[in-house]
Amino acid sequence: MEILFYVFATVLVGAAIGVITARNPVHSVLYLVLAFFNSAVLWLLLEAEFLAIVLVLVYVGAVMVLFLFVVMMLDVNVESVKSGFTRYAPVGVLVMVIIAVELAQVIWVRHMGLRGVGELTPMPADYNNTRELGLLLYTEYFYAFELAAVILLVAIVAAISLTMRRRPGLKAQDIARQVGVRREDRVKLVKMDAEERQ
Amino acid sequence: MNFVSPDLSPAFAEMFVLGMTCLVLVVDVYLKDSQRGITYVLSMLTLLGAAAITATSGVVARELTFSGHFVSDPMGDVLKLVVYATTAVVFMYSRDYLRKNDLFKGEFFMLALFAMLGIMVMISAGSMLSLYLGLELLSLSMYALVAFQRDSAQAAEAAMKYFVLGAIASGCLLYGISLLYGMTGTISLSGVSAIFSSADQFNIPVLFGLSFVVVGVAFKFGAVPFHAWVPDVYQGAPAAVTLFIASAPKIAAFALAIRLLVDGLGDLQGGWQDMLVALSVLSIIIGNLVAIVQTNIKRMLAYSTISHVGFILLGILTGSQEGYAAAMYYAIAYVVMTTGAFGLIIILSRKGYEAEHLDDFKGLNSRSPWLAGMMLMLVFSMAGIPPFVGFYAKLTVLMGLVEVGLTWLAVLALVFSVVGAFYYLRVVKLMYFDEARETGEPEAALDIRVLLSANAALVLLLGLFPDGLMSLCIKVFQ
Repeated sequence: MEILFYVFATVLVGAAIGVITARNPVHSVLYLVLAFFNSAVLWLLLEAEFLAIVLVLVYVGAVMVLFLFVVMMLDVNVESVKSGFTRYAPVGVLVMVIIAVELAQVIWVRHMGLRGVGELTPMPADYNNTRELGLLLYTEYFYAFELAAVILLVAIVAAISLTMRRRPGLKAQDIARQVGVRREDRVKLVKMDAEERQ
Repeated sequence: MNFVSPDLSPAFAEMFVLGMTCLVLVVDVYLKDSQRGITYVLSMLTLLGAAAITATSGVVARELTFSGHFVSDPMGDVLKLVVYATTAVVFMYSRDYLRKNDLFKGEFFMLALFAMLGIMVMISAGSMLSLYLGLELLSLSMYALVAFQRDSAQAAEAAMKYFVLGAIASGCLLYGISLLYGMTGTISLSGVSAIFSSADQFNIPVLFGLSFVVVGVAFKFGAVPFHAWVPDVYQGAPAAVTLFIASAPKIAAFALAIRLLVDGLGDLQGGWQDMLVALSVLSIIIGNLVAIVQTNIKRMLAYSTISHVGFILLGILTGSQEGYAAAMYYAIAYVVMTTGAFGLIIILSRKGYEAEHLDDFKGLNSRSPWLAGMMLMLVFSMAGIPPFVGFYAKLTVLMGLVEVGLTWLAVLALVFSVVGAFYYLRVVKLMYFDEARETGEPEAALDIRVLLSANAALVLLLGLFPDGLMSLCIKVFQ
């Protein structure tokens, strides 16, 4: 089990690095898909099947596909985005090294004097992940659950208020006008005498 | 599992605000543009009702509900009342400005109310999870409000910067929280506090998680070196939104700091004190020095905010009850001063023109001695000149510092306050001794005039009689 964890965790970290270093934004999104997939596997190792499947279905299946569409439609000039790279690289590398050293210390210093989560006990085979999650979500985490709902409501209000507006010169269809059009509006019959044959 | 239905009564105010905001959302859809006044009245009623609920709740002791995710205590009630009042003042100042700039839409009021709900959630957060959710509720509404003026490229740029930097800060905070959760195995602030009070505190993993948490808090405050967004957002957003961002969220940041650092990680005070010392020293130095070279008054006030934030952090880092009370007093005083100053900018603005340059204040005395007088009181208070509230707020913070033996810090803060007085006094000089660029008295509705007068009067009254609010601040921390 442990070796499996390290394999997937390594791929996850590699994929995360790929997201920020890939030159092509489409590749970045694909790396992100890989990262999500690996996190799903880590959850599976922790016996959280429901969360793992939801992550794959919702994030990989829906959100990332949408992401991919958006990224492909944007005409991003990759070269101009990367132009400042060499200039800012030293600072970035410095920060990265500091964080890496600190992280290493966290991993090596094992005696923390804290309770920690400890060993996880495996659950019996008939343990229902979804049910337990639902029970927790609607009882102990009810408040947080409702707050998350309010946040989504705000996201809807914000998105609509920022995008729904009449811009002059916008080429949009007006369905009502299209349906309500009469023949007289479009076709004009002109009566004229036949021309003499020449 | 045994589950007891949570006691809903401590959260009545939150539920009321949420219900009313949803009502405003639905009612607003059916209103014509000429009837937007109804949205305004409903929003004000929401604030009034919430204030009535909170004021009559009479919380005397700390009370937990929703499985410990919600905490109600006297500090929370006082802060919430301040936030309601601030939001109401923001709405009143903004009404005419929004009308003039074709921004008088229901979304402004809804998003502001949602942001306020986020602040309320943060104020009474009992766990790191609800704290984070409240923060996101506040931030998301704020991002949308900054971008609210869709035809302004400047506002869009400010919103983008705010959004990207805010997302990074939220990420930092969340990372810190997840590390603390991993080490303690609990997400409730009281649980974390119980574990750290017995465990060995100063090991590297704990400090590592703590530093990420402090970074998140510092960003939300806008403390140096996490201040880059403050001037750009203040400048880019419409004045009404700037007024809101500059005021109520600072109360939220104060609550965030108190809940996380004091309620949750109070035993790590030795760890975060040094971090806050660095943040506050840098904020006071850079805020006051960079403000001097600003020609845009919104940017100048942004840097002034940064230096005020330094003072609030100075109060918190003392780690004493007097210090926390002083910081709370300072935060409330700051909100009173800053709403007045931005309210004046709003009054001076006209349709399609923001009075955001220092030159717009030239000769204000000849145009309207009364407005100039109000601004004089506000900037004197910000500079910390007695007898205004800014002086007393600075004094209590500095006394708190001296009491815990950080005299050098108090001296440094004092020196840079004197430096800061320069740019405040420059505004006074422009108003009284320079030629006006334009003539005619700025238009303002009667209620806004009364409001501004009351605002300035409060700056004076709180400075002359600081004991009432101060004893309240001390009481809530006992």
